[in-house]
Amino acid sequence: MERIPILKMGEYLLVTIQVDMHDRLAMTLQDDLTTRIVEARAKGVLIDISALEIVDSFIGRMLADIAAMSRVLDAGTVVVGMRPAVAITLVELGLSLTGVRTALNVERGMDLLRERIRERFSE
Amino acid sequence: MSEQSVLHDLVAKNEAEILQRWVDRQLAAASYRSDRISKVELLDQSRRFLSLFRLSTSSGSADIYSPAWTNTRQMLEELSVSRAQQGFSPSETAGFVFSLKETLFEGLQDQLPKDPKATSVLILDTNQLLDKLGLFTTEVYQRGREQVIIRQQQELMELSTPVVTLWDGVLALPVIGTLDSSRTQVVMENLLQRIVETGASIAIIDITGVPTVDTLTAQHLLKTVAAARLMGADCIISGIRPQIAQTIVHLGVDLGSVITKATLADAFTIALKRLGLGVTKVGAPKKRPEGEAQYHTDDRAGD
Repeated sequence: MERIPILKMGEYLLVTIQVDMHDRLAMTLQDDLTTRIVEARAKGVLIDISALEIVDSFIGRMLADIAAMSRVLDAGTVVVGMRPAVAITLVELGLSLTGVRTALNVERGMDLLRERIRERFSE
Repeated sequence: MSEQSVLHDLVAKNEAEILQRWVDRQLAAASYRSDRISKVELLDQSRRFLSLFRLSTSSGSADIYSPAWTNTRQMLEELSVSRAQQGFSPSETAGFVFSLKETLFEGLQDQLPKDPKATSVLILDTNQLLDKLGLFTTEVYQRGREQVIIRQQQELMELSTPVVTLWDGVLALPVIGTLDSSRTQVVMENLLQRIVETGASIAIIDITGVPTVDTLTAQHLLKTVAAARLMGADCIISGIRPQIAQTIVHLGVDLGSVITKATLADAFTIALKRLGLGVTKVGAPKKRPEGEAQYHTDDRAGD
């Protein structure tokens, strides 16, 4: 079955969505990711959606859900590389993904995650 | 049916004569604009119309939207478009078709000399037919004008929503005029596109030029802010005038988590602070030497 690869980079997990998301794939990703966060004791998750061209309310909600789940598992989530058209669609659908951190590209996203870890340690 | 064939016969037999008289009439008419259209062009247009008119009447159909009239309609469409561009008024454009009436009626009167009743029916029908054609030209003319207006509206919309780079990583979006849904769409698209292009992390939306803010405008602003946030850019709304601040509170609009500032300068300061930058004074303000003022402006204009 088709799966979205989840790469481990140090204490972060990297998810790059390169194909069009369909509902089943999204559900599998949710399962896989939560399992991997626990296994890898990840502190941060970076989801790159720069190749995602089409979103619907389900995928939008899934992104929000994944973020909420990782937060429960003590891993911060950053969604990066959203296309303008996708951003407009999500806003029009009323899904502004409050609570999900966003960044323009992977580099900025990693900066955000590192910043978060640093804050944790300084506390 | 018989009226149509009488009309067709008349035009078919005397086409050259009718054309000559019709063109003479048009040239003699007070509405003839020698500055806009040449004699040759007018003659050519009239000849083409008359021959197409003859072909269309041969079908016997009086419905100008039927297939038999397709070519005639097409010719009139071209004529309307070219006349609209040449600066003719709608009535002058339709007058082209109406001026054929007199010439045709003269000919029709002699067609059925023994039957005055049939003659009047014939003239009435021809009159209606030409009226339809004339109105058709006006419609096309109007449609052409409407297209121009729509295009101008779009251009105006795009022109009035520039996205300015204030600093490396800081964009400013001065919104001028009312924010309606279609406008918001354009503003949003422009802003997001520029965020991708420049990699900016802060966008300042300046609403000094927005005359009124109602709940709908506020909602549109919030949408833009949310979309920019999804792209990873923070938004600051600036240029909120005292009356607008009052309106926003009276309306109970919740600008929520959005940072708002009174002036663009305040917003810019915050943006710089976020980026870890600052502006410091390095010395006494320098006065530009009087004599060199002209030189400096010229220099800059040349760049």
